[in-house]
Amino acid sequence: MWMLEIPPFLPFFIGALIAAFTRGTVRNVVMLAVPILSALHLWTVPDGIHLQYAFLDYQLAPYRVDKLSLMFGYVFHIAAFIAIVYSLHVRDTLQQVAAMMYAGSGLGAVFAGDLLTLFVFWELLAFTSVFLIWARRTQRSYDAGMRYLIIQVLSGVILLIGALFYAAENGTMAFDYIGLEGIAGWLIFIAFGIKCAFPMAHNWLTDAYPEATVTGTVFLSAFTTKVAVYALARAYPGTELLVYIGAAMTCFPIFFAVIENDLRRVLAYSLINQVGFMVVGIGIGTALAINGAVSHAFNDVIFKGLLFMSMGAVLHMTGRINGSDLGGLYKTMPKTTALCIVGAASISAFPLFSGFVSKSMVMSAALHNGYDWIWLMLLFASAGVFHHAGIKIPYFAFFAHDSGIRASDPPNNMLLAMLFAAVLCIAIGVYPSALYSLLPYDTGYNPYDATHVLAQTQLLFFSALAFVWLNLKGLYPPELHSTNLDSEWIYRRAVPAVLQNTFSVIWKIDSAIRHAFLARLNRYLTFLARHYDGPSRLLSRNFPAGSMVMWVAVILATYLLLSFIP
Amino acid sequence: MDNEKKYFFDEPKNVKRILYLLYGCCVLLFALDFVIHRHVEHRLENLWGFYPAYGFIGCVVLVLIAKWMRTFLMRPENYYDEVKTGSNNTITNSGDHDVDA
Repeated sequence: MWMLEIPPFLPFFIGALIAAFTRGTVRNVVMLAVPILSALHLWTVPDGIHLQYAFLDYQLAPYRVDKLSLMFGYVFHIAAFIAIVYSLHVRDTLQQVAAMMYAGSGLGAVFAGDLLTLFVFWELLAFTSVFLIWARRTQRSYDAGMRYLIIQVLSGVILLIGALFYAAENGTMAFDYIGLEGIAGWLIFIAFGIKCAFPMAHNWLTDAYPEATVTGTVFLSAFTTKVAVYALARAYPGTELLVYIGAAMTCFPIFFAVIENDLRRVLAYSLINQVGFMVVGIGIGTALAINGAVSHAFNDVIFKGLLFMSMGAVLHMTGRINGSDLGGLYKTMPKTTALCIVGAASISAFPLFSGFVSKSMVMSAALHNGYDWIWLMLLFASAGVFHHAGIKIPYFAFFAHDSGIRASDPPNNMLLAMLFAAVLCIAIGVYPSALYSLLPYDTGYNPYDATHVLAQTQLLFFSALAFVWLNLKGLYPPELHSTNLDSEWIYRRAVPAVLQNTFSVIWKIDSAIRHAFLARLNRYLTFLARHYDGPSRLLSRNFPAGSMVMWVAVILATYLLLSFIP
Repeated sequence: MDNEKKYFFDEPKNVKRILYLLYGCCVLLFALDFVIHRHVEHRLENLWGFYPAYGFIGCVVLVLIAKWMRTFLMRPENYYDEVKTGSNNTITNSGDHDVDA
C-alpha cells in the first residue's frame, strides 16, 4: 500500500505549512485533522523498516516502526491533539506553526532508524520549540529561550560528533543498542543526558518551560524529554549508571519544588522527578522495568500535560502564576480545580489513576532486582511527588488563603482539552490492560493486588497527613517571591562574573597601553614638527604658490614626454 | 466582598469535616495493615505501619530540609535580572572609556 510510505512527521510538517497560510476556522480544522488522520494511519502501519536510503556508504532508515517507537508515536499524537485543542483560541501564526513543526520533529525522532536522521530531528526539536518560548515576547522569555537554544544545540552537536565516532567504530549508522563502550557511546550518552535533564544539566528545563507561553508549555512538556527517554530506552537499556542517575533525578528536584513559588516551575521540577522514574526503569533494563519506563512516559505526557494545562488556565485567566499571589480560585474556577485534582491524583499515583499502573512497575522491578536503596529513594520520591505536585499545586492555586481573585473558568476549548486528558488519566488507571497490550514486552503484570494498593494508599494518605500537620503547626514554608539558586547559577552568574572581572582587568591594561602609546606618538610628532614644519620643508603645511606652479609644470612636461612614446 | 456568597471552605466547619475525614481514613488504613494478609517482598515491609511511617516521616523531613535550603539558596526575585543589567552597564561604561581614550 502506498500509504505505508508516509512517515508521521510529514503530515505535521505539511499541516504547519498550511497553518502558515490559512486563518480562522480553516486553520483550526486543518490543525485538528492532522493528528487524528496521522494517528489513524499509524494504527494501520505494521512493524518494520518502511523507508531506506543509501547515503555515502551507510544505510539510512528515516522511518522504522517497532513496538517501542509505536508507543511513543501514539502518545505524541494524543499529546499533539490535546495541546492543539487547548490552543485553538490562540491567534498567533508563529506559535501554531512552531507547535506543528515541533510535534512533527518529535515524531520524526522516535521513528528514526539511524543516527543521522535522529540528529536532524534532534536539532529540529530545539529550533522549532524555542519559538514557543520566544512567542511570549518578553525580555525574560527571550533570554531564557536563548539559553535553552544554546544548551539544546550543544546536545545536538555532541550527538553528531558521537554519531560520527560511532560510524567510524562500527561501520554502521543504525540506531540500536549502543551501550557505554568507547568514546562514541559516552558522547551519545551525554547528548541524550542533556536533553533528558540529567542532574546538573537539568536547568534548561526549569529555566525555559515556565517562561514559555500558556499553550507553548503544554507542547514543550510532552516532547523533548520524552524523545530523550525513548532514545535512552533504545540505546542504553540495562546500563547500571542510569539507575543511580535516575534515582538522583527523582529525589533532588522535589526539594526545589517545595520552596519554588512559580507553580509552572514547580511542575517543571516535578517533570524531572517523573523522568527520573523512567530513567531508573531503563537502567534496570528487565522486561518489567522497560515496560514500566515506557508506560510511565506514556502516562506522564498526559497527566503532566493536564497539570500544565490547568496552571496555564490559571495564568491565562488571572495573569498570575506565583503561589504567593494565588489562592481561593476554586470558588470561581470549579471545573479547572476538579480537572487539576485529577491530574494531581494521577501524578501522585493514586490507585485508579494512570500514574499508579505504570510507576508501580518500575518500583517492583527495582525491588526484584535487589536495588533496595534505590527502591527506598523511589518510595521517598513518590511521597515527595504527592507532596509538591499532588497537594501543593492544587492547594496554593485553588485553595489556601483567599487571594480575592475572582477569575472565571477558561474558554471551552481549554476545558475540553483538559477534560480529554483527565478522562484518559482515569481510563488508563481503571483499565490498564489496554495500555499494557501496547507495551514492548508481555509480563503479565497486575498492579491491582491488595498488598500493593494498600501500601501505596497508606503512603499517600500519611503524606497528606504530614502536610496537614506541618500546616497546622505553622512549619510549612510559606510561598515567597524569590529565586532559588540551582546549578544554572554557574552559567548565569559565576561564569559571567568571572568573565566580567577578567575583561575589566584586560580593558584596564589595554587602555593603559593605548594611553602610553598615544602619549609617545604625540611626543614624536611634536619633535618632527619642530624640525620639519617650516615653509617649504618636508612636512610643511603651507607651501608658497610658486611651488604649486612648478609642480603643475612638471606634470604637464611628463604628459608631453608620454605622448612621444609610440 | 462582605455580601459575596459563602463558598464551601469559607465555613470553618467544612474544613474541619474534611480534616476529620482524612484522619479517619488514615486510622482505617493503618488498621488494615493488621487485617489484610500481605505478601511482602522486602523485610522492611514486614514492619507494621512501615508505609504510613515512611510517608509521614519522609514528607516532614522533605519539607524541613527544603525549608533549611532556603537559608542559603533563596535570593530576591530579580536576582538574575540584576546581574544582566549590571554587567551591561559595566561593559558600556568601560567601552566608552576605551573609545574616548
